[in-house]
Amino acid sequence: MIRFLANRLLGMAVVLFLVCLFTYVIFFVLSPDPAVQICGKNCDPEAIDRIRANLGLDQPFWTQFWTFLSGLFAGRTYGTGANAIECAAPCLGYSFQTSQPVTDMILQRLPVSATVAVGAAVLWLLAGVSAGLVSAVKEGKFADRFITGLTLTGMSVPNYVLALLLQFLLVVTLGWLPFPQAVPFGEDPGRWFLNFLMPWIVLSIGAAAVYTRLTRANVIETLQENYVRTARAKGLSPGLVWRRHALRPALTPIVTIFGMDFAGLLGGALITETVFGLNGVGKLASDSITKNDQPVIMGVTLLAAFLVVVGNMVVDLLYTAIDPRVRVGSAT
Amino acid sequence: MSTPETTAPEPIAPDAGTAADRPLLRVRDLTVSFTTATGDVDVVKRLGFDLPRGGALGIVGESGSGKSMTSLAIMDLLPKGAKRTGSIELDGTELTGLRERQMQAVRGDRIAMVFQDPLSSLNPYYTVGTQIAEAYRAHRTGVTRRQARRIAIEAMERVHIQDAARRVDHYPHQFSGGMRQRVMIAMTLSMEPDLIIADEPTTALDVTVQAQILDLLAEIRRDTGAGLILITHDLAVVSEVADQIIVMRGGDLVEQGTAERIFCDPQADYTRMLLDAVPRIDDEIGQLRTITTEEDR
Repeated sequence: MIRFLANRLLGMAVVLFLVCLFTYVIFFVLSPDPAVQICGKNCDPEAIDRIRANLGLDQPFWTQFWTFLSGLFAGRTYGTGANAIECAAPCLGYSFQTSQPVTDMILQRLPVSATVAVGAAVLWLLAGVSAGLVSAVKEGKFADRFITGLTLTGMSVPNYVLALLLQFLLVVTLGWLPFPQAVPFGEDPGRWFLNFLMPWIVLSIGAAAVYTRLTRANVIETLQENYVRTARAKGLSPGLVWRRHALRPALTPIVTIFGMDFAGLLGGALITETVFGLNGVGKLASDSITKNDQPVIMGVTLLAAFLVVVGNMVVDLLYTAIDPRVRVGSAT
Repeated sequence: MSTPETTAPEPIAPDAGTAADRPLLRVRDLTVSFTTATGDVDVVKRLGFDLPRGGALGIVGESGSGKSMTSLAIMDLLPKGAKRTGSIELDGTELTGLRERQMQAVRGDRIAMVFQDPLSSLNPYYTVGTQIAEAYRAHRTGVTRRQARRIAIEAMERVHIQDAARRVDHYPHQFSGGMRQRVMIAMTLSMEPDLIIADEPTTALDVTVQAQILDLLAEIRRDTGAGLILITHDLAVVSEVADQIIVMRGGDLVEQGTAERIFCDPQADYTRMLLDAVPRIDDEIGQLRTITTEEDR
């Protein structure tokens, strides 16, 4: 077990290092010169050179990458003397456009993204798994066909269309929901909930459709298993056969994909947050892309990669708890 | 090919009679059919046989002969889309008319079944102990965890699994093939069934383990007095265990009789071919004989 954990942690470290490296290469090669951006208009080449030297941009690639990496763990200082800017660990970079460390910018917005992700995840898990179960039980019947039709629609409608449609329908036409407005939870929990309701629905529909299909397929497949027949041959009631012998094997794979989906969503829902004007990490990313604020884009990218890798790790650990074939090796 | 015999010939007790001489299992006109695009296909055709109390019946045939469908029909566990007609009487009780709930009371309690592939027939998510005690818990109310565990350990000891008190908490994947089949057999024991149906119980096992499992089945039959239906394509297997044999082909009953008579004096051509197809160690044959009949040409 400890060996397994150590192996996974090592693997995770390697993946994260490579992600850092590739991200850094992309931004190093493709980005416009930050020094030019900082210098602004009416800038002479000497001023640009000065800024470059100040930020270490005149250093070779590997030196810069090393500075960046060590900044993640130990923090770093931009510039020298009176103009020096402290960037505490974990330093993901510094946005010269907003004069803020990237880490702070992300941390400020993370709670919103987390709220969006958790709410949507709960919704899609509940809706997807239960619709999938109904579909599997009623295989081939009307309910199954109806649900399958819905999932096809759910999977094909893009988020932004759904978001605008919902907003138009629920807020403008029917007036069931107030216009989305950021309200802290402590101030007015009801309003806070209504504010997040639409993003939750929008984000969960596509995933719910996928989970419905997955649950349906898994359950139908598991019911064909020989051990389900064995359970019936023992005289167990259909309910018991279902609960004990069909559901657990059928739902285990859902854990895997859920962990990854959820982790991915924590890193920000770019489109949904932007459409609903939610100040989350996704909105930060989209704003930064518009403004070409490289350090922020890079920071968000790294965060997303980090979350997916960690999510994967958590799923692996969960799997060892759920599946005895992974947990205990063969003894004979 | 010979016409299917619809009534059971040879040593048969008269239909009516007292409980004592009534057969344990009495099957008449059992037909299993599937509806396909080209019409109904009968996979078992008007099969009839008797199994005396404590008797051992071997059902032999190639794949597709309908032998497994017969066993599933008795258990009412036929796959979706299969239709069953005819009569199956267990100790005088007609099973074909029973509702699902009543049939549940029969399954596992009065008739227990051992399946072919022990690995896929055991649920990988539960310990063997849980799965062995499951039938007991389903048929008895108010069974405590501790009792269930004791029942499981006892059953495992009866099938000669060493160190049962520790192995009871192991998962199926931690057992070898032969041990898994022992676990499957242990599952049938907790309720002391009147009839054990073993559907190709040794097919997935290697030869030495096969012999052990057959010995075990014979031993259990001796100890508990349970009737046994052994379904197999392997003549060597039936010859060891069964006292009555049914030969099936394409859903038809080809021949029926005592094991001795079938082996020494087979009547039907098909049975003879089936026996000839088994290579013998003292025989000098260039090519293995295959089974061909008019139908195949």
